[in-house]
Amino acid sequence: MYIDVSNVSISFEENKEQHTILNDVSLQVEKGEFICLLGPSGCGKSTLLNAMAGFLKPSSGEIKIDGQTVEKPSMKYVTIFQNYGLLPWRSVQKNVELGLETKKLGKEEKKKITDHYLEMVGLKEAAKKRPAQLSGGMQQRVAIARALAVEPEILFMDEPFGALDAITRMKLQKDVLKIAHETDKTVVFVTHDIEEAIFLADRIVIMSANPGKIKSIMKVTLPKDRDRTSDDFLLMRDKVYEIFQMKEERNIEYFI
Amino acid sequence: MWKKGIRVIVSFVVVLLVWQIACTVTNANATLFPSPVKVGEEFVKLFTQGLEGSTSHVTLPGHIRISLLRFATGYVLAAVSAILLGLILGSLPKVFQFINPILQIIRPIAPVAFLPFIVFWFGIGDVPAIVIIFIAGFFPILLSVVAAVQHVDGIYYKIANSFGVGKVKTLFGIVFPAIFTQIANALRLALGTSWIFLVSGEMVGAQSGLGFLIMDSKNCMRFDALLATMITIGVIGFILDGLLRFAEKAISTKIGFGV
Repeated sequence: MYIDVSNVSISFEENKEQHTILNDVSLQVEKGEFICLLGPSGCGKSTLLNAMAGFLKPSSGEIKIDGQTVEKPSMKYVTIFQNYGLLPWRSVQKNVELGLETKKLGKEEKKKITDHYLEMVGLKEAAKKRPAQLSGGMQQRVAIARALAVEPEILFMDEPFGALDAITRMKLQKDVLKIAHETDKTVVFVTHDIEEAIFLADRIVIMSANPGKIKSIMKVTLPKDRDRTSDDFLLMRDKVYEIFQMKEERNIEYFI
Repeated sequence: MWKKGIRVIVSFVVVLLVWQIACTVTNANATLFPSPVKVGEEFVKLFTQGLEGSTSHVTLPGHIRISLLRFATGYVLAAVSAILLGLILGSLPKVFQFINPILQIIRPIAPVAFLPFIVFWFGIGDVPAIVIIFIAGFFPILLSVVAAVQHVDGIYYKIANSFGVGKVKTLFGIVFPAIFTQIANALRLALGTSWIFLVSGEMVGAQSGLGFLIMDSKNCMRFDALLATMITIGVIGFILDGLLRFAEKAISTKIGFGV
């Protein structure tokens, strides 16, 4: 098992009250898989991702990547955030070089790697620009290039397209899928957008809130090149809707 | 730009006219209420010959030069040390919890209150003025930088951790530019207060400089010289603020905040 989350609970204390964000979550991810964590806000999907990426220690349970317990962030698994996290005082090129600086590479080599990944995300022309001169979608592309530049094995993506408009989002979804396949990455992708999850994922981890836990894991049985308007896609979407609506039906019974 | 310039000229002309008319009409004591014309004449005299009857033979440009040198020394020392210490203390919240109460007690004490000690320890001269400017600038800059570091967007730390950026480089290469705007604001506020306290420092602890010239004019009962010096202090303070604002804008444009 490549990523192994076993019996992880995360809780914190506030005003002497115990709040449980994640309750006994277990999840296994294979190398090269594209996993989407899908759920409403408050279901702990971002918390789970942050714990997997090493930003957060589980209160109990354990997370292992490639056999090693996750204790802190590492360049082996880089996170991409919703608000990009670019350094506004650096040019696009210098932003992408950030992770390479700790690797002590020569100037030439850094530029070669940076150029390669900027080209991959379609931003080679923007190398000299500042983040503030780019659109949101382009900024997120820079963040993706920066993550790819350190050649991680896993990409953790925390609602990366949540702040983008629908059309830009679809374009980026397509590109991320292509890049993940080309570079053979394992991706864990947090989203609350059902279609986004179906379009991207090999498996969708559906989570529910209060306390956050995994409700079910659904394998997406669609071909790699997915068509959002195809019948199979819509069928898949209905399936996810069903899983989410089970809770509502219970509520209706309750009110009757 | 032009409109702004015209407004400035109009307001000064009106003030000077009212002032001159008031002096002429009321026929006030020319020593106690010097007219703008008299102040202007005295300004030229101060500029070329220095204050008549003074123990010092330094002319106004000389006093300005001395004051500016003291100011630059004290202010730059305060800015550099406060920014460095602020970055470090800001990233060590537990240590800062111990230091903060002490800072909060020292901060409300007027810098001038330290003067007797400083004069007795270091004697009269450049040092008391420099120390006063330092105290006046150091604490506000320090506290602003600490607050800015503590409130820096957490994503910067996450990014630094993700990409293996070391602690020192994170502090100076990421946190420092991230809070540049707040630092620049603190520097500007401190510039104003430091310049104000420079004059008080020199009034007591020095035999030269603009603050000394104020005291000297008072001792010689030369209120026209006093006013000329006061106006000089105000104009220089205004110019210093403008220069810093210009530098701040240039730097933020250069590092990408101004885009």
